Amino acid sequence: MTAEIEYTNLSGISGPLIFVDGVAGVGYGDIVEIRDKTDRLRIGQTLEIDQEKAVVQVFEGTSGLSVTDTRVTFVGRALEIPVDRDMLGRVFDGLGRPIDGAPQVVTDRVMNVNGLPINPWSREYPRDFIQTGISAIDGMNTLIRGQKLPIFSGSGMPHNRIAAQIARQARILTAEEEFTVIFAAMGVKFDVARFFIDSLEESGVLTHSAIFLSLADSPSIERLVTPRTALTLAEYLAFEEGMHVLVILTDMTNYCEALRELSSSRGEIPSRKGYPGYLYSDLASVYERAGRLKGGRGSITQVPILTMPSDDISHPVPDLTGYITEGQIVLERALFNKGIYPPIAGLPSLSRLMKDGIGEGRTRRDHGQVAAQLFASYAKVKRIRALAAIVGEEELSELDKIYLKFGTAFEEIFLRQDYEENRSIEQTLDIGWRMLSLLPKDELYRIGREEIQRYYMPEAENT
Amino acid sequence: MEDVLAGKVIAVNGPIVRAQGLGGIKMFDIAEVGADRLIGEVIRLAGEIAIIQVYEDNTGLKPGDEVISYGRPLSVLLGPGLIANIYDGIQRPLVGISEACGSYIRKGIKLSPLDTQKKWDFRPLVKAGGVAGEGTLLGEVRESPLVMHRVLVPPGVSGKLTKLAPAGAYTIEEEIFTVEAETGTYAGRLAAYWPVRRPRPNRNRKKPVVPLITGQRIIDTFFPIARGGTAAIPGGFGTGKTMTQHALAKWCNADIIVYIGCGERGNEMTDVLTDFPKLIDERNGRPLIERTVMIANTSNMPVPAREVSIYTGVTIAEYYRDMGYSVAVMADSTSRWAEALRELASRLGDMPAEEGFPPYLATRLAEFYERAGLVETLSGSDGDITIIGAVSPPGGDFSEPVTQHTSRFVRCFWALDKTLADARHYPSISWIESYTEYLADIEDWWKTLDARWFDIRNEAMNILLEDHRLEQVVKLVGSDALPPAQQYILLCAETIKNAFLQQNSFDPEDKFCSPEKQIRILSGLLLLYRRGLDLVQKGVGVKQIAALDAVSGLVRLKSEIPNRDLSGIDAHLQRLEEALAALAAAPTGG
Repeated sequence: MTAEIEYTNLSGISGPLIFVDGVAGVGYGDIVEIRDKTDRLRIGQTLEIDQEKAVVQVFEGTSGLSVTDTRVTFVGRALEIPVDRDMLGRVFDGLGRPIDGAPQVVTDRVMNVNGLPINPWSREYPRDFIQTGISAIDGMNTLIRGQKLPIFSGSGMPHNRIAAQIARQARILTAEEEFTVIFAAMGVKFDVARFFIDSLEESGVLTHSAIFLSLADSPSIERLVTPRTALTLAEYLAFEEGMHVLVILTDMTNYCEALRELSSSRGEIPSRKGYPGYLYSDLASVYERAGRLKGGRGSITQVPILTMPSDDISHPVPDLTGYITEGQIVLERALFNKGIYPPIAGLPSLSRLMKDGIGEGRTRRDHGQVAAQLFASYAKVKRIRALAAIVGEEELSELDKIYLKFGTAFEEIFLRQDYEENRSIEQTLDIGWRMLSLLPKDELYRIGREEIQRYYMPEAENT
Repeated sequence: MEDVLAGKVIAVNGPIVRAQGLGGIKMFDIAEVGADRLIGEVIRLAGEIAIIQVYEDNTGLKPGDEVISYGRPLSVLLGPGLIANIYDGIQRPLVGISEACGSYIRKGIKLSPLDTQKKWDFRPLVKAGGVAGEGTLLGEVRESPLVMHRVLVPPGVSGKLTKLAPAGAYTIEEEIFTVEAETGTYAGRLAAYWPVRRPRPNRNRKKPVVPLITGQRIIDTFFPIARGGTAAIPGGFGTGKTMTQHALAKWCNADIIVYIGCGERGNEMTDVLTDFPKLIDERNGRPLIERTVMIANTSNMPVPAREVSIYTGVTIAEYYRDMGYSVAVMADSTSRWAEALRELASRLGDMPAEEGFPPYLATRLAEFYERAGLVETLSGSDGDITIIGAVSPPGGDFSEPVTQHTSRFVRCFWALDKTLADARHYPSISWIESYTEYLADIEDWWKTLDARWFDIRNEAMNILLEDHRLEQVVKLVGSDALPPAQQYILLCAETIKNAFLQQNSFDPEDKFCSPEKQIRILSGLLLLYRRGLDLVQKGVGVKQIAALDAVSGLVRLKSEIPNRDLSGIDAHLQRLEEALAALAAAPTGG
């Protein structure tokens, strides 16, 4: 209703924020177009507004802006991106603008990047097993279609390879349906992005993938929009086009750091480690954009990757992520140093949606019990190893020694597999039973008599 | 007296809006903000300026937009139709919203929390003409096969009952009764509003003496909670807070469950929503949904509505308590509520206390938990509210402010242990760090089941504590270095952990364990302890005892013996005794 007015002077610039005085008719969350002396266009968003002043965050950063000579226009709507099937096979920046040289996709359909909260009533509870071909995931931390399952990693560990392996091998056992990958990179190095693009290309999925890049050399504030842009396209493809979308977000730690930077520029009261008090709610507004809808065909499965600063799982970023996501795949430095790939930690990894996605008719009847027993027995291995470190292995009881043997076999045979190796769930469970059969039957207290009868291998067969 | 106040927005900072020109508006009044009429609540008054927290996404709101208020406080509508319903934090019906606007929650949508068209069969229980005081029972409505909804004279109304509708079908908007009071005539309907932040009154508070039976062995036997009590479940992520809350909501023997999903995962609420209509309560053969009210304000829904959601839930609980019911409130998670408080306080520019939380965090927590309790209702019957709040401490560190303050106001503390959860030992409630203050209060109830209960419980607890102490030694020297009697304690403790403490909430027999079954299994485990210890002292090897089939079989009793027929336990214990006796007769050394 108000004509777009151009404001020519800023009253201040601080980090990614600009302050504009004397504005009228500007809404909270409105998109702002900012042009500097050279007429370069930047996009921003109103964060705070009162009768005469507006606080605006500039997604492309404020470098090169001056208080004078900057022109600001309030567009009067929230940030939107065009969405279309034709965006598959393309590469975009964090704001959804093509950077692969080809022109912008032509479509009438635009969507608000912030999305709207899904009504919990309208969600369909995710139950479809995704076979990733990785035993540590399929067997013990099953990924379910519509789940958000992050990879908690540390610097130098092969989280990118695992994510790429999941993207390449993931399939649904029950049906062949349209499957696509959306990859969003926030603040990562170009070689990481290159690795993913190459890996998607090799496995032939690049032509039906969309890639959003906001690399380490882009302004940090752009990282705050990148996952939302990617998820907006994912929502369109999943819930309007009925596709099954796997969204890989890397690296969420960089996203959180951008949020911290913004919060500190605004002079907000920090909570833990300088991160803003609303980090949880903000992360939730990203992670909760996964799932399935009642009556809809498609789904969004999220695999966010984050690196834990100094491998500390209690750092606010992994901590708050773990409280929102439906489990976590944790990579362990000790396994990594032993040369085991994938170094997926046996105990702290968890899939919360596993219980309803496995078992008879979905994977195999004994799946739940095998997983529970592997967890319990491996936990015992960890205790015994701690003891052995003190008293020496010779002093251990016979049973404890058997457990150590089981522990090594579990890591070397069950966990360890090749980057190219794609195991079926049957194979994974059979390997699981080979491991468990190293233990005496009486130790398998999480498993029913019937299953033991059927799957337990006497020593002779288990070589 | 519908005076409309109208003002203008002057500033917007996230969900916090400042407005001018609303002279005469009161604290906690509702304000409708902007062209979309977004619902907000006045949380602070500063001279001419009212500070409003808006319960919906307010993107696009601008200075100059209109704000109106009818001068009413934020309230919930209480009446038949609450049961089996699911609401957001400000009691908007999520089913209705999905019918009105699809899978996403659009802003500004307003729907009645209760079905206004549905006719309820009302049956009067008194006659018009008598005296009607606060809480007088006037009639009843069958709300669900499990819940008889009692129609009471609301608090604050008393006088002569001049009119009472005859038996028949009425909507919640039709007039059912009139009370002629000194202050004027009150026209009563099946449903009425109540301000969420004001506790509903009762005659007096009583001391809880009956345990809330949850069917979870570690809770009922070791750390019981009384009906009308308060408990906290603190635990880092992945320790099973939500699973424990779900298990309690499913199997505890309260009449009504109010489940508040406060800032948690969307899929988890969907799990409850799809599970509860299917799960059958063994006690009455009816689906669990018929006694459940749900509040879902998931983590991606507006933050201020998360702050108010626990009050919405507990007010609904008080409403059913006033009918004489036993109500259990599950709040998952109170940490998310506290964080909402922190976020709003920070936008208001409040001076922070610990970790950015506002100084009034402790007071607000205390006020919330204080709404639990066993009371004599205004009708003269007993009703109670048990509050069980999950706490999500950052990094699993219990020294953080929300866990610390909560532990001051609850009397049961079920600490979840990461090591247990890692070994998939669920419920991962630590028997070392947890405590309850209700033992003495409910001891008599258990003793009516079995006079030895208290002794059995304590003896088993002592074995576990001794085991914990010995584990410290074992970590240094290994278990083989201990004397046989102590090795035997380790074996017994291990058996108690696997056969009793660990419970599978997906196993058809094990998910709910009756108090009788709990006592039988535990006394069997103590039989093993006493007889076995005797044998060990006589020179029988610990490994010989451990190798007995009857000993390893103890672990399977929980899932193989049904609650309805416990004779299998006795038979097994008989075999155990015989096997131990045989060992005593022919010791082969060890």
